[in-house]
Amino acid sequence: MNGIIIGQYLPGFSLWHRLDPRAKIITSSIFIVACFLIHSWPFMLLIVFLELIAMRLTKIPFSYFVRSLKPILFFIVLTVLLQVMFTNSGTPLINIGFFQITDEGLNRGGFMALRLAIVVIISTLLTLTTKPADLTLALESLMSPLRKIKFPVSELALMISIALRFVPTLFSETQKILKSQASRGVDITEGKIKDKISQLISLLVPLFIMSFKRADELANAMEVRGYVPGKRRTSINVLNWKPADTLLIFIAIFIFVVAIIF
Amino acid sequence: MVVKFESVSHTYNLGTPMEQRVLKEVNLKIESGQYIAVVGHTGSGKSTLIQHMNALLKPTSGTVTIQEKSISASIKTKNLKAIRQKVGLVFQFPEYQLFEETVEKDIMFGPMNYGVSQDEARKRAAEVIPIVGLEADILQHSPFNLSGGQMRRVAIAGILAMEPDVLILDEPTAGLDPKGQREIMKIFEDLHKNYQKTIILVSHDMDLVCQYAQQMIVMHRGEVKLQGTPKEVFEQVELLNECGITLPIPARNYQHFAEKFGLSMSSLPLTVTEFVEKVTEVAERS
Repeated sequence: MNGIIIGQYLPGFSLWHRLDPRAKIITSSIFIVACFLIHSWPFMLLIVFLELIAMRLTKIPFSYFVRSLKPILFFIVLTVLLQVMFTNSGTPLINIGFFQITDEGLNRGGFMALRLAIVVIISTLLTLTTKPADLTLALESLMSPLRKIKFPVSELALMISIALRFVPTLFSETQKILKSQASRGVDITEGKIKDKISQLISLLVPLFIMSFKRADELANAMEVRGYVPGKRRTSINVLNWKPADTLLIFIAIFIFVVAIIF
Repeated sequence: MVVKFESVSHTYNLGTPMEQRVLKEVNLKIESGQYIAVVGHTGSGKSTLIQHMNALLKPTSGTVTIQEKSISASIKTKNLKAIRQKVGLVFQFPEYQLFEETVEKDIMFGPMNYGVSQDEARKRAAEVIPIVGLEADILQHSPFNLSGGQMRRVAIAGILAMEPDVLILDEPTAGLDPKGQREIMKIFEDLHKNYQKTIILVSHDMDLVCQYAQQMIVMHRGEVKLQGTPKEVFEQVELLNECGITLPIPARNYQHFAEKFGLSMSSLPLTVTEFVEKVTEVAERS
């Protein structure tokens, strides 16, 4: 759990925190699509600039965003290398054996790296500033037109929120079992592969049993409180769409259209 | 001496915004062969304290000495495994750590992790089963078909099979019915008396503590507030109140009794036997 920033929520009261989660999801999607359609550097840099502004608005330390890039750093480097090495069009700059580094290759590599980074930062911006519960509520609300074609929207939203709800629980259960097995001499860091497998089993079997038990208890608790799948339910948290949210979406669409046309 | 803490502090999430100081300059000694209880309110640092005794946690500062082996912040995690064999830690709800196909295999798991041969481990499994009050034929059963109380005994047997000198028990009676509680406490009393094991009991139940423990450690907000025999500790009624610890039921009953008849409140009876003695004494005097 330590070090993984994407998916975490940091409580706050900044402007960005207070925006409607639906507006944030739509805006994020627009910008993610945009950064894959854009092929010109000025517009790409414009998106980066807007992102920097958004980061400032959250009042979250910049280091959090930098750290969110760490897990995919390897992936970014790999894509850049592949792009640079296997692009043959453009003006050749350097020749190394079979490979040719061209200006076109560098251009594409840089673009690709920037795209990946932007996607991760945009998603981080969304999850860091939105409560998981609000996020699922927003998803449910955005998917509600699908009800017309009998798609189980609220069930899906419930599944997502239960899954999110149990991440910390499972994490602490894992820690507990890890500790009890450690006091029985389990040391994942050493030993032969064969020993390691049996040690891993000593962690996984109790975890599975615990999860099934929890699922059963939760199902009972929900039924006792009158949960019926498929019934329309109201929510204790109501999303509140404000003029600022509309404005945000208009800005996003405007930038998107301008960037695509030019 | 088995366990010694010298100004041990522990901080979770050091250097992050979630930093939390749970142990503050803890000093304590536990002698070999003692039956000692660690009590304290939820969040007082008990569970962090016992995890240090098993080397599951390293102190942020200070030194923990377990059987002549010192553990400080700088020690490498690799060197800690041997300590865990000497100090058996039975976690709360230990039945959740069972995973093997048979009870026997599960009991053998711990010793075999410490390099004990398969034959020796099997022998030990047969030896510990009667100690925890189970029949030998249970060894070939799946642990998941047993009752909750039996599963807990099997888990305890799994720790005993590692032949630890010290046994740490974290709320061993949680979730058991009164009969099950008595039976399980009997196991530990037996281990203490007949096998000379040092027992460290963490419990919320002051009646259990007074019934079994020779020594007590009272934790409050990460500090050791009191240490002594139950008799000495329960003299400090006000301080205990501050730590959120209630008196055992016989003592509370005696308080009501003494109030009604205008008797002295000093040296409260801590167990039912003491209560009966005390009341008989009063009755005979009048």
